[in-house]
Amino acid sequence: MLSLKRLTRLGFSILIFAGFFSGNTVIAQDGKTLFQTNCASCHQVHKKLTGPALAGVEDRWPNKKNLYSWIRNSAAFLKTGDAYANNLYNEYNKVAMNQFTALTDKEIDALLGYIKSVPAPGTGPTGGGAAVGAPAEEGDNTLLFGVLTLILAVVALTLLQVNSNLRKMADEKEGINPEKPVSFFRNKRNIAFLAVILFLVGGYFTTQGAMNLGRSTDYQPVQPIYYSHKVHAGVNQINCQYCHTGVYQGKQATIPSVNICMNCHLAINEYKGEKMYTEDGKEVDGTAEIKKLYKYAGFVEGKPWDANNAKPIEWVRIHNLPDHVYFNHAQHVKAGQVQCQTCHGEIQKMGEVKQFSNLSMGWCVNCHRETKVQFKDNGFYSIYEKYHQDLKSGKMDSTKGVTVEKIGGTECQKCHY
Amino acid sequence: MEQKKHWQSFGELNQSAAYNKDVKDEFREDLPAVEENTGLLDAKAPRRDFLKYLGFSTAAAAVAASCEIPVKKAIPFANKPEDVVPGISKYYATTYVQDGDVVSVLAKVRDGRPIKIEGNDLSPLTGNGTSARVQASVLDLYDTARLRFPLINGREATFEAIDKEIAASIAGPVVILTSTLTSPTTQDAINQLLAKYPGSRHVTYDGVSYAGMLLANEACFGKKAIPSYHFDKAAVIVSLQADFLGTWLSPVEFARQYAAGKKINEQKPEMSKHIHFESVASLTGSNADEKHLIRPSETGSVAVALLSAINGQEITGIADKLTKEAVEHAAKALLAAKGSALVVCGSNDVNIQLVVNAINQAIGAVGTTINWGVTFNGRKGVDADMAKLIDDMKAGSVGTLLIQGANPAYTWPQAPAFTEALKKVKTSISFAGKLDETAVACKYVIPDHHFLESWGDAEAKTGYFSFMQPTIYPLFKTRQWQDSLLKWSGATTDYLSFLKGYWSAKLGGETGWDKALQDGVLNPATPVVAGAAFNGSAVAAAVSAISAAKKGDKIELVLYEKIGIGAGQGAANPWLQELPDPVTRATWDNYVVVSPALARTLLKIDLNDNGQADAYEVNPPKKVVKVTCNGQSVELPALIIPGTHPDTIGIAVGYGRTERLGKSVVGTGKNAYPMSSLNGNSVSLVQGNVEITLTTETYPVALTQTHSRYDTAQGNRTEVMKELTLAEYKHHPTEIRDERQAELAPWGGLENFEKQGTIYPVYDRPGIRWGMNVDLNACNGCGACVVACNAENNVSVVGKPEVLRGHEMHWLRIDRYFSGDMDNPNVVFQPMMCQHCDNAPCENVCPVAATNHSSEGLNQMTYNRCIGTRYCANNCPYKVRRFNWADYTGSDSFANNQVGIVNDVVLDMNDDLTRMVLNPDVTVRSRGVIEKCSFCVQRLQESKLKAKKESRPLEDTDLKVACQQSCPTNAIVFGNANNQHSAISITRKENPNRQFYVLEQLHVLPNVSYLAKVRNLEEEKKEA
Repeated sequence: MLSLKRLTRLGFSILIFAGFFSGNTVIAQDGKTLFQTNCASCHQVHKKLTGPALAGVEDRWPNKKNLYSWIRNSAAFLKTGDAYANNLYNEYNKVAMNQFTALTDKEIDALLGYIKSVPAPGTGPTGGGAAVGAPAEEGDNTLLFGVLTLILAVVALTLLQVNSNLRKMADEKEGINPEKPVSFFRNKRNIAFLAVILFLVGGYFTTQGAMNLGRSTDYQPVQPIYYSHKVHAGVNQINCQYCHTGVYQGKQATIPSVNICMNCHLAINEYKGEKMYTEDGKEVDGTAEIKKLYKYAGFVEGKPWDANNAKPIEWVRIHNLPDHVYFNHAQHVKAGQVQCQTCHGEIQKMGEVKQFSNLSMGWCVNCHRETKVQFKDNGFYSIYEKYHQDLKSGKMDSTKGVTVEKIGGTECQKCHY
Repeated sequence: MEQKKHWQSFGELNQSAAYNKDVKDEFREDLPAVEENTGLLDAKAPRRDFLKYLGFSTAAAAVAASCEIPVKKAIPFANKPEDVVPGISKYYATTYVQDGDVVSVLAKVRDGRPIKIEGNDLSPLTGNGTSARVQASVLDLYDTARLRFPLINGREATFEAIDKEIAASIAGPVVILTSTLTSPTTQDAINQLLAKYPGSRHVTYDGVSYAGMLLANEACFGKKAIPSYHFDKAAVIVSLQADFLGTWLSPVEFARQYAAGKKINEQKPEMSKHIHFESVASLTGSNADEKHLIRPSETGSVAVALLSAINGQEITGIADKLTKEAVEHAAKALLAAKGSALVVCGSNDVNIQLVVNAINQAIGAVGTTINWGVTFNGRKGVDADMAKLIDDMKAGSVGTLLIQGANPAYTWPQAPAFTEALKKVKTSISFAGKLDETAVACKYVIPDHHFLESWGDAEAKTGYFSFMQPTIYPLFKTRQWQDSLLKWSGATTDYLSFLKGYWSAKLGGETGWDKALQDGVLNPATPVVAGAAFNGSAVAAAVSAISAAKKGDKIELVLYEKIGIGAGQGAANPWLQELPDPVTRATWDNYVVVSPALARTLLKIDLNDNGQADAYEVNPPKKVVKVTCNGQSVELPALIIPGTHPDTIGIAVGYGRTERLGKSVVGTGKNAYPMSSLNGNSVSLVQGNVEITLTTETYPVALTQTHSRYDTAQGNRTEVMKELTLAEYKHHPTEIRDERQAELAPWGGLENFEKQGTIYPVYDRPGIRWGMNVDLNACNGCGACVVACNAENNVSVVGKPEVLRGHEMHWLRIDRYFSGDMDNPNVVFQPMMCQHCDNAPCENVCPVAATNHSSEGLNQMTYNRCIGTRYCANNCPYKVRRFNWADYTGSDSFANNQVGIVNDVVLDMNDDLTRMVLNPDVTVRSRGVIEKCSFCVQRLQESKLKAKKESRPLEDTDLKVACQQSCPTNAIVFGNANNQHSAISITRKENPNRQFYVLEQLHVLPNVSYLAKVRNLEEEKKEA
């Protein structure tokens, strides 16, 4: 069970990553974070997943010490021959629980505290959705300005008309022959004016359109399996990295292989959550989609699964960068501590994934201009002695900090080579 | 320092008219000018055509724009192996084995494909060093000409069918014919098979054999083996015709050792002395401190004279006064360094090697610089065994012949006799990976895996083991030949379990085996150095035999190996074919090497005559000569190479191979093996009394020597190369520094030149400042870096016709400079790549800012911005920018749209199979853009990310650029020059006196520095 192993190994780093999901009380916050990081991929509080529902777990176990050892190293605990543990193990198809040797008693207590604090469904609000680091909407005054402009324009036009009428009347009074009136659309000045406006507006839209050729913001293809990030990352709070294992390590975040899906779906064979709908409004049968996964995995329910029978799922690729662009996930997520949602949008609310950003070079470069690097936290930047001094002496604005651009992040060969 | 005139070509030496005209232009082609007075309608692109194209392109753009973007799939693993992360390379320790050559390497595997070979630091023999051939071997894996299935009588067959037939027809006596094997387990498997069929035997045959040495050692030391040499422990090295840095025995190892003696400490400048006697200009001779030209037939008498001089006797048998003096001088130097002196000899004559053994015994080399405690296993073939095998085959006394590695149908002096004899063998089986000259004549061909697909082991030297593990699943229906051996000998295990069992038993179980496999090497705990009892009884007879031997009176011929092609193994590899020979600078062909003196009489070309030199040099077609010897003749173009003996010509072997080996061998060179001969026990690649006549024909040779020169108004060769003798250096250590100081004095001298030499502002390098240093004392010009750069950076192969037009794409070239006497000049090599100038002239002239500077000091090239004006290349003082004249990489979207524009080799490089070798982190360049050395920016970025992920500053150990990584002598140092503790900073700090920048006075501020070459000569050399 490779991914299970990896999960433990990465437990600590996930902790940092998951730190941004936040709750209310200090102890509950810790417990919730710990729960989401370590447990949520197999357990829920009030529902059976791969493992049992955890509500009331303290009461079920005969003594707390056993529970601690079980959580830290279930395999070792099983060997003690504890009857309750062995029954549990057999009940859940002998799927071994991960080892969490790093958890302290205190942390486990926090976990248990959190489990207690979660109300049963129907009795209170469900566990809060992920708080997302998406920027708060800025106050948008465009509409107001637009209306004002329109009013002023009408006023100006009226005044112009009044002005010209008055002049006409004055001319008539003074006996000057009025010029032969030219209709509005035959007035050369107006035609020229309109032509320029048309050219500018047309040009603007043509250029914008041309620049957008090949860009595919909002691209939302139908995938071979209706996989809902909303259900997995949103409702069930599975950490992104549990499936996208490469995201801290390398270039690709990696789409999970079938065996990663089957880690949980060996046990979860039906969908009982809220109703799901496609973009077109059709209802999706979640259970049927899980069966599709089984088909790819070569899994027949009730029989042991052999991962070698699996066939890869041909997902439709949504985010396509040109071949001459080098993009590395680890650089952004691990070194830069950028949230997934910054580029991918509120992925935990998407039933079907769509492309959130336009992935244009301007978009990349803008972000590089504004985003601060982890200048003080990452030891790599200790070599930028001059910047450190400038920050200290106040020569460099510490609120703005050292941006990616300052350390060369907008140079060609950072992405093109 | 008196101005030394370094020259690359004869035109440059003479400042000829054509040379001066040629250097004025960066590009040889004229612009396609419209002829005047032809009227608009008759012009090449008249108005109507223009409108047509305009209309078409608008329509095409509209159609293209309205097309939907193609749907791309993202397909993950079905069941992901735990240790594989897509996009992250893994390195597996394995071993390059080709015939007897063994180099421990790491294979870089990216998403399941090996794409680059690097040296294995854990090997005490070769370390991180590799050779051009090792670097290029990864391309052989994806060779389209590889056999894709086994053959019976040339028709496809299954393994089952073949095994069945062979089981029925295999009959004793069985002979297994191989090139030298270094694998102990393979030897075991062979022994198993031989034991099953009584009267069977194993014959070892090497294309270029060292039988003379083996037999001489047997006579003197009682062992038919080759000892270890320690060039690093030798203060004085005398080489007689041995090209030990290029092709002799184990060049990667020797280059490493040799450089150890040549790198100097500026405080205590001491270095080894290398005296070289040779007939045809070689890589090793070019690096020697003193080089003397002798006839090939004089090798023996020089050896005898050296022995006499060392024993304090009168020198006899040498008529030439200069040679006599040289021998006396060499003897004196060897005696002075008794115990740390070494004599090596490249001759395959037993008698000469016997005399050389006596010399080494006399100068105390045995047990010090020659180690008999550890013997070299790479060459074991004795030619007499092969001759006997052919006789046996003819007599019909060989029932079954199994051939692996050896290719006598190509390399044997009388190849037709072998092929004829092969017909008498009932069952002939070849394990060749490609249908080579021998395999095609065999009944069964069971292709062996490429070494990157194989399991195995190798013992390069006694106790020094190296292991092989597959880095990719076999691409084709091939089978490891050891599996066949085991199967036919009735064993039930396959080779993998055989190998595993063998080593697990030795290494204490599976853990030991796993560890050995992971390290790739297994070394003796304590290195053994031992002598051997010397028996000089055969020496006297050898001396008289040499004295009695007939001396050549006419022209003599030397057949030599080229560094890339070897005995023919590299001929089918486009990277190696396009690698310029270090000395001749020629690609894609073999040719007759003649001296300037012979050129005067034979070719009627006097190089001192400007017109004649130009005619020879500027035009690629060279005069063809006909060489006849042993009743065989061959017609080849003649190249004039200074440093060749006037009465000697040289021809490289390894060319003229069968077209079944791939597109690279088609039309490239001719086979010279038929001119060799079997003399007693050994094949001689040296021939006396050769007829050579001039024909009326010419043949174009793709020389890169005259490309990319930079003799401009702003600077010329004198500033490019700096060289001095050890005596000069000791006398005046700061000579080069003083010279630079004087030159830059008007702009503030060395200290302030950066600021005062320009009106531009000086920019900060706040974090990292990349820098490179090349030690010209360590660099021997071997070319491993050039091929490493090809592999790392997807540098395209352009083929011979394009090289002829000066369109080669190498990002890194090794310039060869001559200085001094034209007949026997000094040679210096200088690796030249983009210098990443901080004030780069190329950047200022780009109209679209496609090339610009990074805050880390990189001169960046952005392909997708480049519009191909080539202004940058024109303005580059170092001539390192390369233009994609055609779509060499096949990156245009239409398939085969380059047919007829580029040649077959290039098209073959664009095959889906061959393209698997491409590095996915480096953009494949399309037509019409400039490219150049990027300092391996992909590696720099990767190393920075690694440090960031671990939240620590960048260390030297995080990265090595491709050229640096491949260099067997560690001549190249690279790193962050802002870090005071990095290797690059330390190197520059410790060598202030030899350090220089090429064309420094231009104020381009290069980030590549060089350390001047110091030659170990006692007296200051008199220079013209």
